Amino acid sequence: MVEASGAALHADVAVVGAGPAGIAAAVHAAERGARVVLLDSAPRPGGQIWRHRSPGELPPEAAAWLDRLRRSDVTWLPGSTVVDALADRTLTAERDGRPLTVHWNALVIATGATERFIPFPGWTLPNVFGVGGLQALLKAGVDVRGKRVVIGGSGPLLLPVAAALARAGARIVIVAEQAPAHRVYRFAAGLWRDPGRLLQAGRYRAGFMRAAYRCGIWVARVDSAGSALWVTLTDGRRVWTEPSDLVAVGYGLVPSVALPRLIGCNVIDGRVLVDQSQRTSVPGIYCAGEPTGIAGADAALAEGRVAGLAAAGAEPDGRGPRGAARRFERRLDRAFRLRQELHDLPDPDTIVCRCEDVRLAQIDAGWSARQTKLYTRAGMGPCQGRVCQPALEYLRGMAPDAVRTPVFPASVATLAACGRIPQGDS
Amino acid sequence: MADTIEIVVNGVPLRVAPDESLAAALFNAGVRSTRRSAGAEARGPLCGMGTCFECRVTVDGIAQRRACLEPVRDGMTVDTNG
Amino acid sequence: MPHPDAIVIGGGIVGAACARELARGGLQVTLIEADFIGGAATAAGMGHIVVMDDSPAQFALTALSRSLLDAVAAELPATVERDACGTLWVAEDADQLELAREKQTAYVAAGTEASVVDGDELRRLEPELRPGLAGGMLVPGDGVVYPPALARWLADAARAAGASVLEHRPVERLDGRVVVTGGERLEAAIVVNAAGAAGPVLTPGLPIVPRRGHLAITDRYPGFCRHQVLELGYLQSAHTLSGESVAFNVQPRVTGQVLIGSSRELVGWERATNRALLTRMLDRAAAFMPRLGTLSVLRSWIGFRPATPDKLPLIGRWPATDGLWIAAGHEGLGITTALGTARLLGDLVLGRAPSLDPAPFDPARAMEPVGAADG
Repeated sequence: MVEASGAALHADVAVVGAGPAGIAAAVHAAERGARVVLLDSAPRPGGQIWRHRSPGELPPEAAAWLDRLRRSDVTWLPGSTVVDALADRTLTAERDGRPLTVHWNALVIATGATERFIPFPGWTLPNVFGVGGLQALLKAGVDVRGKRVVIGGSGPLLLPVAAALARAGARIVIVAEQAPAHRVYRFAAGLWRDPGRLLQAGRYRAGFMRAAYRCGIWVARVDSAGSALWVTLTDGRRVWTEPSDLVAVGYGLVPSVALPRLIGCNVIDGRVLVDQSQRTSVPGIYCAGEPTGIAGADAALAEGRVAGLAAAGAEPDGRGPRGAARRFERRLDRAFRLRQELHDLPDPDTIVCRCEDVRLAQIDAGWSARQTKLYTRAGMGPCQGRVCQPALEYLRGMAPDAVRTPVFPASVATLAACGRIPQGDS
Repeated sequence: MADTIEIVVNGVPLRVAPDESLAAALFNAGVRSTRRSAGAEARGPLCGMGTCFECRVTVDGIAQRRACLEPVRDGMTVDTNG
Repeated sequence: MPHPDAIVIGGGIVGAACARELARGGLQVTLIEADFIGGAATAAGMGHIVVMDDSPAQFALTALSRSLLDAVAAELPATVERDACGTLWVAEDADQLELAREKQTAYVAAGTEASVVDGDELRRLEPELRPGLAGGMLVPGDGVVYPPALARWLADAARAAGASVLEHRPVERLDGRVVVTGGERLEAAIVVNAAGAAGPVLTPGLPIVPRRGHLAITDRYPGFCRHQVLELGYLQSAHTLSGESVAFNVQPRVTGQVLIGSSRELVGWERATNRALLTRMLDRAAAFMPRLGTLSVLRSWIGFRPATPDKLPLIGRWPATDGLWIAAGHEGLGITTALGTARLLGDLVLGRAPSLDPAPFDPARAMEPVGAADG
């Protein structure tokens, strides 16, 4: 792996996002002889699921992939946030406040997913995190020894995060999954088709014996109590409160599709449309992993491989992984569908847009995303709607607004660099 | 390799582990609020992955740096602006 | 269904202002908007309130409008974000400073306070401006507003005066004074086309074309700029009718964000960002304020100014159709001149003495043969 600096790079294949999909794409393309550039905002590769400080922390499969990446000829660009890209084969990233241009022949978008947050009273208090959020912070060095943690929300992420926190010395108060038990158990039973996953699930459950993984329960509100928190939980009938130090709540994952939308790829229902070779609707652009549909790390690796091979001009063999990924995604959706009561999670004065402190009551029913933005400023902040847009889509059925450059905040100098790229370079 | 390095947060020196993120370092030092919102509420990190922008702090004089993406560096100065 | 006395088509800031003026003048008014109030060009613009003297007529209209806004300033809600920060026109060199002196003389003679500043005073007023600029002109009575909120306030005021406001009602066509919308035919003795750059769709022959602009807004940096800052070359850019141009224009928002403009191009209704032009705009801004290059941009967007051949709006009767009036074609001054436009239109419709000479704005001029190439 070659770390690079410099204002303009030329690649056969540019890969955006260094999670499992991006790593697989980059490695396979490079092993086929393509010049590959891999970019990510984070200082180390791994994305969210393989976030680490030292490779020793990782499960063997992940460590092997990172090792393979290290030994490859992939040019690795850490701390590089892609802010603009054009279908005529360029992209601009910002790194250390400075613009970085990559000219590519093929682009693999592997930008992963973000958590879906549904606002509830108290969700903006310090020490209230997302589920993936607290996991990411844990992996980045947060010390949770002796801390009480309430985990809530929905999805298969809750278990592994609880297990990781427990292994790190946290006291798990409860893991509250909103989906009803019968649906969760049917999903877990369905994992028998994939013994590897079942083994993992068993390991998670054993990992925190004293903790309770409870279904049909959700976090209704969090209140501050000095340096601690009061967490109010409910099953729709009973309401009770638990004291805690930390709270982590997240309601599943949302594909990150700002970049594909910007560059003109077909995106339906918030997912990038791809064929069996992971080709998007734009020639030369591929997409792999969560942006095509939430289907987990195994699907991401398989799709990344196909995208990397195709991007390097090598036709992938056999049937593509899309079918299996879509089936898994459908099972996930069925099992963890969000219950109706969650629409009432926020109070009228609960903040929905955290960047601009816009409360739910300020947003009239029936407003479009654009009208909401212009009338209340919701969505006008630096997160560019990444937190509030999925919430408003869930709460109000609001479709996202159009995407325009920059897709992440960028300095004036970097944005200016986007229009200075000579066209037609190879 | 040193066990800890020193960073300066709001003028106060802190010893932190050399391989953790700035957001983690702040959390471990008991600094739970990274910024004040538009409505002056205390806020801390939410997403841990650089998309929510709640963890923005000023690092070495440069504003709007996401602490969750920022590795700590020896001698780094940090202002949480509330 | 009873006919209103007047139908105003277009719920941008100009239409909303006209609806308010006519309703307060005693007419039963219906305001029709294709999407939501203040959502089109009104929402895309810079929201500047600026007295501009490209022509005596423009000066008169902008000055009247500014004073009308001042008169209601105390009633405006905080959402309108009115900030009387003043305009600082920047002269790069001695020639432009001489131009500034001439302008200042003209402003003062016409009753608008303005003063000339030298290079040192310029940088004291705006420390982020680069050294070496010759000076400029300060117009303290100018300011900025947040246009969608002002348009909403005007529409609400129209409602309070008895108008009905119909949103999400695109108008398919105008048959004389019959407004056809969503299968309904609405008629009034007075119909006002305030549809901006979309005006010619309803009134063929209306000489308005979309003139696109880019804007970018930064994260919060309170104090970075304290006034609306414009280069004197702005008038040059707004002056040329064809091709691409950029001009330095930044504005502080009450949030502490910096709004950066401006660019002009004729590309029809093209929506895709013109990155090369955006770059020219940002480069020009950074040339005047070097540290601007380091500020974080949260988003960029485009908007379509309704542009006329002589850079003046059309306000008055449309000669070809009895009962049809026009209030459109404000290019980059729609926010500034909405109130003055409404006042003049109201004067003409209601038979009051015109608040300023209506001749330069007369839509009948569009009927005349095209004159010499623009100067």
